Amino acid sequence: MARGVALVAALATLGCLKESSDDRPTREAVSAASASASGLPVIAPAATSADDGQWTMPQKDYANSRYSSLAEITPENAKNLKLAFTFSTGILRGHEAGPLVVNNTMYVVTPFPNYLYALDLTKEGAPMKWRYDPKPAASAQGVACCDVVNRGAVYYDGKIIYNTLDAHTVAVDAKDGHEVWNTKVGDINLGESVTMAPLVAKGKVFVGNSGGEFGVRGWIVALDAGSGKIAWRAYNTGPDSEVKIGPQFKPFYDQDKGKDLGVKTWPGDAWRTGGANVWGWLAYDPELDLLYHGTGNPGPWNPEQRPGDNKWSSGIFARRPDDGSAVWYYQWSYHDTFDYDGINEQVLLDMQFGGRPRKVLVRAERNGYVYVLDRQTGEVLSATPFGFVNSSKGVDLKTGRLIYATDKQPKLGEVTRNICPSSPGMKDWQPTAYSPRTGYLYIPHQNLCMDHEAVEANYIAGTPYVGMIAKFTSGPGGNRGVFQAWDIVNRKEVWSIPEKFPVWSGTLVTAGDVAFYGTMDGWFKVVNAKTGDVVWKFKTGSGIIGQPITYKGPDGHQYVAIMDGVGGWSGAIVAGGIDPRDSTAALGFVNAMKDLPAATTKGGMLYVFSL
Amino acid sequence: MRFGRISSLLLVTALLSIAAAGCEREERRFREVPPAADQSTNVVQSDLQPGPSIVATATQHPYDDNAYAIASGKRLYVQMNCAGCHGLAGGGSIGPPLLDDKWIYGSDPSNIFSTIVEGRPNGMPSWKGKLSNDQVWQLVAYVRDLSGLHRKDVRNSRGDNMAAVQDEQNRNRQTPRSSFEPPGSVTTP
Repeated sequence: MARGVALVAALATLGCLKESSDDRPTREAVSAASASASGLPVIAPAATSADDGQWTMPQKDYANSRYSSLAEITPENAKNLKLAFTFSTGILRGHEAGPLVVNNTMYVVTPFPNYLYALDLTKEGAPMKWRYDPKPAASAQGVACCDVVNRGAVYYDGKIIYNTLDAHTVAVDAKDGHEVWNTKVGDINLGESVTMAPLVAKGKVFVGNSGGEFGVRGWIVALDAGSGKIAWRAYNTGPDSEVKIGPQFKPFYDQDKGKDLGVKTWPGDAWRTGGANVWGWLAYDPELDLLYHGTGNPGPWNPEQRPGDNKWSSGIFARRPDDGSAVWYYQWSYHDTFDYDGINEQVLLDMQFGGRPRKVLVRAERNGYVYVLDRQTGEVLSATPFGFVNSSKGVDLKTGRLIYATDKQPKLGEVTRNICPSSPGMKDWQPTAYSPRTGYLYIPHQNLCMDHEAVEANYIAGTPYVGMIAKFTSGPGGNRGVFQAWDIVNRKEVWSIPEKFPVWSGTLVTAGDVAFYGTMDGWFKVVNAKTGDVVWKFKTGSGIIGQPITYKGPDGHQYVAIMDGVGGWSGAIVAGGIDPRDSTAALGFVNAMKDLPAATTKGGMLYVFSL
Repeated sequence: MRFGRISSLLLVTALLSIAAAGCEREERRFREVPPAADQSTNVVQSDLQPGPSIVATATQHPYDDNAYAIASGKRLYVQMNCAGCHGLAGGGSIGPPLLDDKWIYGSDPSNIFSTIVEGRPNGMPSWKGKLSNDQVWQLVAYVRDLSGLHRKDVRNSRGDNMAAVQDEQNRNRQTPRSSFEPPGSVTTP
């Protein structure tokens, strides 16, 4: 009976929201962005990349634009693309990283065991120069929530710097592959691992931990890029002194002001096992001297075990890179009840908003909204849904608070149905790209809903600490993935390409007005960035969850590279050999991916194309 | 009259013993001592044996026919967070699935016992010193229950939570694959 009522209520809500989809929640609350004032948003000039023939960090530049000014490949000639060379990593887990290209050498970092390969682009077939093996502890695989992925390396000052699954940061000589330093930054016995790509600024390497599903207390650490020595470490839960909240901290909204909120917004000592990890993307604005990082979901997922706002989880910090001092903070999803982890990339843009120029960061957030924030203050300028959302009703722009739908909240021992988006959100880690030529943000994302039920979670260090049973399903329309062009100024979709499976790959857009992405069933696609027409595609051996990059080869021509190798959270059913009969496996993702094993198999191959 | 009394007594006794026999679905042994109190003896990990092979004898698991132990094992499976890695219904996630017929480190109760106690190199934690022998055996019993290796009447029935997969009691037995069969032996599904 209760179930029947809940179902009817859910259907009714669904009906309501569908009907009112024109009247999007934030519409009235925001003053309209001026569409015609002075053209399109530009990539924050101080945070752009100088040398465009290379690809020296996964984000392309500090602004996270993933935009290249190379323009040889166009919608017209893309059909002539052909394979230039391939390379097998020998590893068969989810390949989420993209390669780097520096000084005519390509660097490829693999999932666990985290090999680093250097390929010589000056020679035919790009033969291997060397391979570096960091020999990470095999046991680390037991604390990796969502496949044993790695999201990439960064080049800095003659070194390739990246993280290993067993929570080490390593620096390798870019010329000969010898290890320059190797710093243990975390402890797998606490459930810590590191999967994110570090960012280097002002001579410091910034690294954060993973472990939001293991009750790991989240932190970001700064290492000296020359020596590997730890300069500072800031936690994202706990007392102000450990969060590095001091006199400089000026959050925009009142709920973020007060002493030791990282303790007081948790029951008892729950902040010690409260998550708020830094496993996603970092950005840096050299002009404002602010380092931006998201914070992950609070732990455990079961929200009844942690009443309160759970600061500083599922939010974003702006910090000083020199000493980690927090400058502002904003919480995307307070008291996050859905695992709406706040770790996605922020794209730093300068644009007109409300008739005046603003320095903003634009972020397609997991909770389903594209946010535009003032990156100097943390003020939310707009938040607009970019897909079907019923777990919340919008963002209150006065308070900055997400307005949760009360009927979708999880309860202990009770099943709540049809919550959209599901735990991986409208968009997970897979990064967007921004083209200043079109003014569009290219968003690879998923379209999933879920049923879930909270259960008691039991904290045992180094083991999963979740307390939620979930089953994901396809969202409205049935397509589980979307590749979407989003008009930042007008805050609306321009075009979108539905995909059968979640679009779990990153994307790239160029001055040739082409965008690139890959699908989990193994299609690498080239899209006209203006119209969304697929102008060329290539079938890879395994599904794609990697990040495409482009570079200028030694011959002066443009190349584009992508790794295949399905896996990650969405592809764990294949990479981890999960039994599809268990709908709740992989934290509920398996229920939505039961047909993936019939569509693709494991792999780990680099493909490089040129005209 | 006397005869009647005796016969009714006999009848009652007979009925009681029938009823008692009906209750005797299983023998509840609450404090089972493992066959090898030493946690590492006589456990063979590999099917491959150089030279003449010793015929493997399956360990008789003390809890194989014990519904109480299997149910307790399920409780421990959730409480000790086994479910977090191997899936609430045994489908696997971080760790391998347990509801199928594939056993990386052996399906024999003694193999499962040592896998839990010793841990395994690719991420399986060692629970040595964290659980009593008794509790480990209960877990072993439940792990085997996930692939339907017990007789039906002692298996777990439907759980209280959102259903993920057919309940343990109604699952088909997934016979573990083994290389101990003599050459030429044929199996049919």
